[in-house]
Amino acid sequence: MSNVTHIEAFVRREALAALPPPPGRDAALWKTLFSSVGNAAATLLIGGVLLAAIPQLMSWAVVHGVWNGDGDACRDAGACWAFLRAKYPMILFGIYPSAERWRPILVIAVILALTLWTLPRSHWTRTTVGLWIAGTLAVLVLMGGGIFGLTPVPTSAWGGLPITLLLTVLSVGLGFPFAVMLALGRQSTMPVPRYLSIGLIEITRGLPLLSILFIASILLPLMLPEGFTIDKLARALAALTVFSAAYIAEVLRGGLQGVPTGQGEAARALGLSWFQMTRLIILPQAIRKVIPPLTSTVVVVVKNTSLVLVVGLFDLLSSGRAALVDPLWPAPYTETYIMIAATYFVICFGISRYALRLERTMPNGSST
Amino acid sequence: MDPGHNLIGGWVRDARVRSAAFQTVVAVAAIALVWWLAHNTINNLAQRGITVGFDFLGRAARFPISESVLPYSSVDTFAWAFVVGLGNTLFASALIIVLATLLGFATALARRSRNPLARGIGAAFVETMRNTPLVVQLLFWYAMVTLGLPHPHDALNPLPGVYLTDRGLYIPWPRIADFSFAMEYPTLGRFNYSGGLALTPEFTAMLVGLVFYSAAFVGEIIRGGIDAVARGQWEAGRALGLPESLVLRRIIMPQALRVIIPPMTSQYINIVKNTTLALVVGYPDIAFVTATTINQTGQAVEGILLLMIVFLVISIGGSLLMNWYNRRMALTVR
Repeated sequence: MSNVTHIEAFVRREALAALPPPPGRDAALWKTLFSSVGNAAATLLIGGVLLAAIPQLMSWAVVHGVWNGDGDACRDAGACWAFLRAKYPMILFGIYPSAERWRPILVIAVILALTLWTLPRSHWTRTTVGLWIAGTLAVLVLMGGGIFGLTPVPTSAWGGLPITLLLTVLSVGLGFPFAVMLALGRQSTMPVPRYLSIGLIEITRGLPLLSILFIASILLPLMLPEGFTIDKLARALAALTVFSAAYIAEVLRGGLQGVPTGQGEAARALGLSWFQMTRLIILPQAIRKVIPPLTSTVVVVVKNTSLVLVVGLFDLLSSGRAALVDPLWPAPYTETYIMIAATYFVICFGISRYALRLERTMPNGSST
Repeated sequence: MDPGHNLIGGWVRDARVRSAAFQTVVAVAAIALVWWLAHNTINNLAQRGITVGFDFLGRAARFPISESVLPYSSVDTFAWAFVVGLGNTLFASALIIVLATLLGFATALARRSRNPLARGIGAAFVETMRNTPLVVQLLFWYAMVTLGLPHPHDALNPLPGVYLTDRGLYIPWPRIADFSFAMEYPTLGRFNYSGGLALTPEFTAMLVGLVFYSAAFVGEIIRGGIDAVARGQWEAGRALGLPESLVLRRIIMPQALRVIIPPMTSQYINIVKNTTLALVVGYPDIAFVTATTINQTGQAVEGILLLMIVFLVISIGGSLLMNWYNRRMALTVR
């Protein structure tokens, strides 16, 4: 122990002066901003950058911004908000026939209403699942038409926000049963389903979504029998569903691992079959545990739907880009992207805040 | 058990037999599905007169790649075009990983800072980046570079020698020639800047978009790691009289790294996968080369197979590396 002094890297020899008490919660604002030299420097730096940037931004967006008028008013001006005012139906609903525009509006309203209905924990029941299935079918009929005297609208004319929402709801809804099977398969003691599940999950998660979209849009038509065509929207949906299934399966696996083994043993001791045990005892507990991370996965799915741009579908982003192709307007890309980003932000931020609240308030929450 | 009694019923109830039967059914169904899909594919390809095989890789690609780290010209083969695309992907990924880690670290520190201004900016940055799609952000930056920046003749000049124009970014870069080493500055020619290092608008948009987006995720991982270290460690460090920066460097970060490294590895793999989205702004990465090749030759199966193999090698390689590292860390801990 004699060589201890050689190891020491830092030894303070003289005592420090007593420090003032740290600023508490009720400290004055200027104290938290200028409590030390470093802190004051940070405040000045950030403040300086903000002071330089905000007037420029305001001048572009407000002072020189064009709120009314046509394309000519926007030339050599600041932000062209008038473009968004003129084109928002195109951005939000794509090339859907304008006489039928009430249908996509109703679709958005139905999906919003279902989402709001599902938020309170007391509504997490079988009835709600039934409502979602019925609502989704109704929404599909509403978009496509052809029955109940609705004018048929082919999927190639669907566009905008309804596509983004539909792709999200359908890929999560259709992906979920697959995810349950994959997660159960991965937890199984039988080698065949186990390795099959591991393989499918890991390959899907190892690939970029873009390549899965390529597979769905280019290879899937080749893999089906001759003369059998598959809709572009369905192809993109297939890719997103596979992708969602693999990610949800991994979330569910966490939940399955969190159910104590005694639960399954007790179920078997009561004489339940494997299927009854899984459906009535294991899955309800596992799914409840992972609802907060599942909600966060929905955010990822919403963001992922924007990738269908590369396979030529008109979701919110592509419709916005299509709206920009108008020679009468000076193509205000920045403003359009800001509007699209803001729409995504409202959806995703809302869902992620909700997930955060669930995480904090749910009993035996997501603590793995 | 009476073996003679109800032989069939006994078999049906035997867990081992049932498991074997179930697994056989699953395996046969999986093989049949794969066989059916392959069969259809071969039929369809034959119908369209496309020969399956990798022979096309030896042919001349005859399409341009606008920029690349490796030398390329359109008389080179498809095989080389793939390598060039992969080189671009790996180069971009490496650069993004380094820059996103630095920016992410700064974000994490800002969000943990006592300064409310820094905290606010950090939170706003992270929430904006994480709650909007990467594709939208990439397209936004591309529009900002190509439409928001001025023409070369009235280029923005924020730092000496740095010029921001709608044709790209120009920064000074050292040139080594004949044993001499000198900084070369971009100079304005008749139409554009030359000399120094030129970044195309595509590269700039991809770099800025992916670095910002990834930095938000990296920052949250680092913040999570720092928060996972017990508060007592900070207090003990301060009680020893260590300055704040030394507490962070010598006490907190070594402990935080153990929490940070596993999610960080998957984040880095995500960055590599996300670079494929650079396709939307026209940066010629491997996905871009694959898409162009499929368009030109119709060799969809082979092209997608190559793309899949590349990414599976990267993803699985990364996971294996992380598992190995985790095992090593676990050994040294206890």
